[in-house]
Amino acid sequence: MSTIANTIFSPEMAARFDKLVTIYPVRRSALVPMLLYAQDDLGYVSDAAVAEIALRIEILELDVRNVLSYYSMLRTKPAGKYNVQVCTNISCMLRGGYEILDHCKHKLGIGHKEVTPDGVFSLEEVECIGACCWAPAMQINYDFHDDLTPEKVDVLFQMYKDGQGKDVK
Amino acid sequence: MPTLVSHPDEVKVISRRFGMGATDIDKYVELDGYKAVQNAIAEGPEWIINVMKASGMRGRGGAGFPTGLKWSFVPKQSEKPKYVLVNGDESEPGTCKDHVIFLHDPHAVIEGTMIAGLAIGSKLGFIYLRGEYRYLLKIMEKAVADAYAKGFLGKNIFGTGVDFDIITQSGAGAYEVGEESALMESLEGKRGVPRIKPPFPAVVGLYGGPTVINNAETIAAVPHILLMGGEAFAKLGSERNGGTRLFGISGHVERPGVYELPMGYSLRKAIYDVAGGVKGGKKLKAVVPGGSSCPVLTADEIDVGLDFDQMGKAGTMLGSGGIVVLDETVSIVEFALRTISFYQHESCGWCIPCREGTDWIKKTLTRVHAGGGSKKDVDNVQYLAENMLGRTFCPLGDAAAMPTLGFVKKFRKEFEDYIDGKKAGTPIITVDQLVGAH
Repeated sequence: MSTIANTIFSPEMAARFDKLVTIYPVRRSALVPMLLYAQDDLGYVSDAAVAEIALRIEILELDVRNVLSYYSMLRTKPAGKYNVQVCTNISCMLRGGYEILDHCKHKLGIGHKEVTPDGVFSLEEVECIGACCWAPAMQINYDFHDDLTPEKVDVLFQMYKDGQGKDVK
Repeated sequence: MPTLVSHPDEVKVISRRFGMGATDIDKYVELDGYKAVQNAIAEGPEWIINVMKASGMRGRGGAGFPTGLKWSFVPKQSEKPKYVLVNGDESEPGTCKDHVIFLHDPHAVIEGTMIAGLAIGSKLGFIYLRGEYRYLLKIMEKAVADAYAKGFLGKNIFGTGVDFDIITQSGAGAYEVGEESALMESLEGKRGVPRIKPPFPAVVGLYGGPTVINNAETIAAVPHILLMGGEAFAKLGSERNGGTRLFGISGHVERPGVYELPMGYSLRKAIYDVAGGVKGGKKLKAVVPGGSSCPVLTADEIDVGLDFDQMGKAGTMLGSGGIVVLDETVSIVEFALRTISFYQHESCGWCIPCREGTDWIKKTLTRVHAGGGSKKDVDNVQYLAENMLGRTFCPLGDAAAMPTLGFVKKFRKEFEDYIDGKKAGTPIITVDQLVGAH
C-alpha cells in the first residue's frame, strides 16, 4: 500500500517510491532518481507529479521545480512514445552524427524536441551519450543504437513502429 | 551493444574479465572475484592505503590525483559517518570507458567500492551513474542485489563482523555533475551546482561527512591492484604513472574502441597501430587526446607518451583517456565551435566567467563559421577564454577555455584564412543546425 492516498503513479512505481525515500541517510537524496522514474511512468513530469513528489520527499514544490529545471533529461511536456535522441557531439559528429540527425528529421518530419502528430516518435539532438567508440550513436528511450547509418535508422524506426521496440518501463 | 575490441599491445588488467560473463556473480568469484576485499579485511586500512600508494594509481577521471594519497587524507576519527562515492557520471565527450566497465565487470566496481570503504573506515558507498546509462544501472543494481544475496554486502560481510552497504543512484542528465562536489549536491537531491573548495570532500563531503570520491575506472582497478600487488601494477606503467588504463579511441580511425594500454604508451602507436590508423588512409590533422576539454595536439605533436606527466609537458592533458582523432577533412573552426557549443549548453550559469564566456565564444565562433567573422574575432575568442581560466568554482570553465585556446593558438592561421573566405576542411554543420538545437 502506498503511503500517499490517491497517488498518480502506477502501483508498482508508487511502491518503489515508498521504498526509495527510506534507503538514504537523507530523504531528499531520492529526489533526482524519483523525478526520472516519475517521467518514465507518466511520460513527463507533470504538475501533479511535482506536487506528489514534494509530498513524498517532504520539501516545497518550488524546491522540486528548482531541481527539475536543472537536469537535461527531465521534461515537463510529453514526448513521443519513443524518444529518439541523436548525439552530435565531437566523436559522433566526425562519423556522421549530423547526417543521422538530418535523416531522422526528414524521416520523422519533425525537428529538435518535436513530437510526431501520432505521438509515436519525438526527436532530440543530445550531447555526448557515452558511446563515442561506437559512433554515430543514438538512444531511443534508454536503448543505445550504435554504428548507425541512415539505412539502419530506417530499419530501427520500422521496428519501433511495428511494436518491436521497448517501452520505457 | 558496444563492440569488444582487442590488440596484441593491450595489457589487460581492468579489462581482464571483459567478455567472460563476469556480470554473473559466480563467474566473477571463479575469476578471482571478491578475494581482494577479503584480503583487505584481513590486512586492514593501513595495508590497503600502502598498496594503493605503491601502485602509482592516479585518478582516472582526468585529474590524475594519486588515489592512495587521496584516501590517506580522510581523517581516521570522525563524528559524522564517512562515505565512498563512485563517479560513473561519465559525460566528457570522447569518453566511454566506464560504459564498458559497468557492462562487463560490475562486481569489480562493487568490490573496489568496498575496499575503498575499508581503507577510510566507511560503511556506506554510493555508485552514481549518469541517467542515460539506464541499462548499465540495471546491470549494477542486479550485481549489488546478487552481492547482498551472497552475504558479500550488508551486515557481517563474509562472516568477518564488518558491515558495508552500497546504494546505486541514477543521475538525470548533466555533464557538470561529473565534478565531484556537484555530484555530491546531486546525490543530496539538489541542482548539480559545484561547491567552493576548501573544504575538500575528504574532510567535508557528502552530507557533510568525510568522503572519498573516485572515478569508476579507478575503483574497478582497485581489486586487481590488491591481488597483483602495488609494485607489480606500478611496473606496468611509466614513471610516476602506475599501471594501465582504458583508452577510448574514437573519431577518424579504422578500429575505434576501448583499449587497455600501459600508461606512457605512445600516442602515435595508439592511433596508428592499436586503432588501425586514420580511416580511409587519409592524413591526420589533429588529436584531442583526453576528452573534449583537453587542448588539441597537431599531427606533428603525437610522439608523446600517454601519461599524466608527458601529456602535461606536451601542453595538454591525459584527461579521461578519450582520444578523438581528426583527419584532414575536418574544419578546426567548426570543431572548435561544436566543442564550445557543448560547454555553453552544459554551463550551469552559477559563475559569470563561465556562463558569459562560453556564450560569447559560441556566438563569436557561430558568426565566424557562418562567414561573417572579422580578424578581431580570433583575438576576442582568445581573450574571453583566457579570462575564464581559473575564475570559476568548478573546472567546467577551464574545460571550456582550455580546448578553445588550443584551437585558436595552434590553428590561428586556419581561423584567419576562414575569415578571409579560404575555408580549410569540409564543414558538415549548417548554420540552421547550430542555431536550432543548442
